[in-house]
Amino acid sequence: MPDATGPDQIFQRALADKEIVLPRCDDCGAFHFFPRVLCPHCHGTAISWKPASGKGRVHTTTVVRRKPERGGDYNVCMVELEEGVRMMSRVEGVAPGDVVIDMAVTAFVGEAEGAPVVLFRPAEA
Amino acid sequence: MTDQLRGKSTIVGTGHAGFGEAHGLTAYDVMAQSALAALGDAGLTLSDVDGLFCTMMEDSMPALMAAEYLGIQPRFIDGTMSGGSSFVNYLTSATMALDAGLCDVALIVYGSNQRTASGKLVTASRPPAYEAPYNPRYPISAYAMAAARHMHEYGTTREQLADVAVAARAWAQHNPEAFERGPLTREDVLGARMVGDPLTTRDCCLVTDGGGAVVLVRADRARDFPKPPVYVLGSAAESSHRQISQMKDFTVTAARASGKRAFAAAGVSPGDIQAVELYDAFTINTILFLEDLGFCAKGEGGAFVENGRIAPDGALPVNTNGGGLSCVHPGMYGIFTVIEAARQIRGDAPGIQLNDIDLALAHGNGGVLSSQVTAILGSQATL
Ligand SMILES: [Zn+2]
Repeated sequence: MPDATGPDQIFQRALADKEIVLPRCDDCGAFHFFPRVLCPHCHGTAISWKPASGKGRVHTTTVVRRKPERGGDYNVCMVELEEGVRMMSRVEGVAPGDVVIDMAVTAFVGEAEGAPVVLFRPAEA
Repeated sequence: MTDQLRGKSTIVGTGHAGFGEAHGLTAYDVMAQSALAALGDAGLTLSDVDGLFCTMMEDSMPALMAAEYLGIQPRFIDGTMSGGSSFVNYLTSATMALDAGLCDVALIVYGSNQRTASGKLVTASRPPAYEAPYNPRYPISAYAMAAARHMHEYGTTREQLADVAVAARAWAQHNPEAFERGPLTREDVLGARMVGDPLTTRDCCLVTDGGGAVVLVRADRARDFPKPPVYVLGSAAESSHRQISQMKDFTVTAARASGKRAFAAAGVSPGDIQAVELYDAFTINTILFLEDLGFCAKGEGGAFVENGRIAPDGALPVNTNGGGLSCVHPGMYGIFTVIEAARQIRGDAPGIQLNDIDLALAHGNGGVLSSQVTAILGSQATL
């Protein structure tokens, strides 16, 4: 495997190593997500990668209703990370309907369809 | 301050085809029937068309497919794909092209056989890479999350969302062209099957077949046609994102900006508008757009739509054909906001015809609250 060079490759490669890293602009200091070759805030192109704290809050949430025989209901939500970026994800370890806005959550690297993905669980009190 | 394009173009024909179920027809068949209907309404033929404004749910070059199917060689085409807002957006490019002499007869057209083709949403777009692993159901999960956030921030209730669907149905019940005309109560909406909390099936638009078209010419030719002219007084767009995860504020859409500029271009304000035609893919849309376009303050949309306020005999006529919720929704609804607004002004609306309509608003939404386009249409008296 060649070394990861593109922003998406870097993010995915870290996930494969069970690490969550976020792109941060060297010029304005702001984080962004999804990964890209420029900063969407100031359009600078010097981007560094920082380990995510993993701390976040549910910004908004829904339950995708699905028949039990096809796997049942599941959660889809937007999580706002401490770093100021939002990502789509799912909160696990709690019923999909019990995921509520402003709930404190912690990130972990889980799996979806054989690939590593960022998931969340309710934060320890 | 009014825009230099104010009143430069006029809608001289509207048409539609294949509402409900267009058995045995392809999307392009429905598109072509819609084009013929609009041209017939204007007293024109396909050979008069030299400007084509079209996109479809299928193919990567739908405008070319449409021109080929219609047997025309347009000298100006616009196939910009911003989702369901595209057809309101084409009012701007058609007006520009007509005004610059780049074409003389502009045809905006769309068609779909989404319902009879399988009932699945036909789409040529890929799921976004950073959302797909979580299996959101598009587009409802996005709108459900916007609704949830609006409820959280402003106390908007499911009952208020339901009232949007109930009002749309009340209009549709008078419209013989509407697909769903049975009675619908708040309790029916609340008790329907939940599909993406907090939205039930009755908070969601229909899945139908159908197509629509409008024909525009330069305003100086407005009196040469059989139907009363409907002028494009102002139109404006703003795009804020593509993926729902990139929407900055889930309770504020780019309609705030598109509306402000469209009103400025037309030289009118929300209080002047007599009929409001909004792209209501989901009940939350109507609430968001009424707020963002300035018909009520942010956060007050829920209370604004309560108890028949936007229904027939209410304070503000909204989606007077029954909207995407009850009249027609063939994948993309935008063209129908323009058609209903134009017909209300002409005085030949298919359902409830409001009295003496001179100013109407058509608002298109595309993607997942991503692209917002507002147009203000007016009668001869508004020029
Ligand atoms: Zn920056």
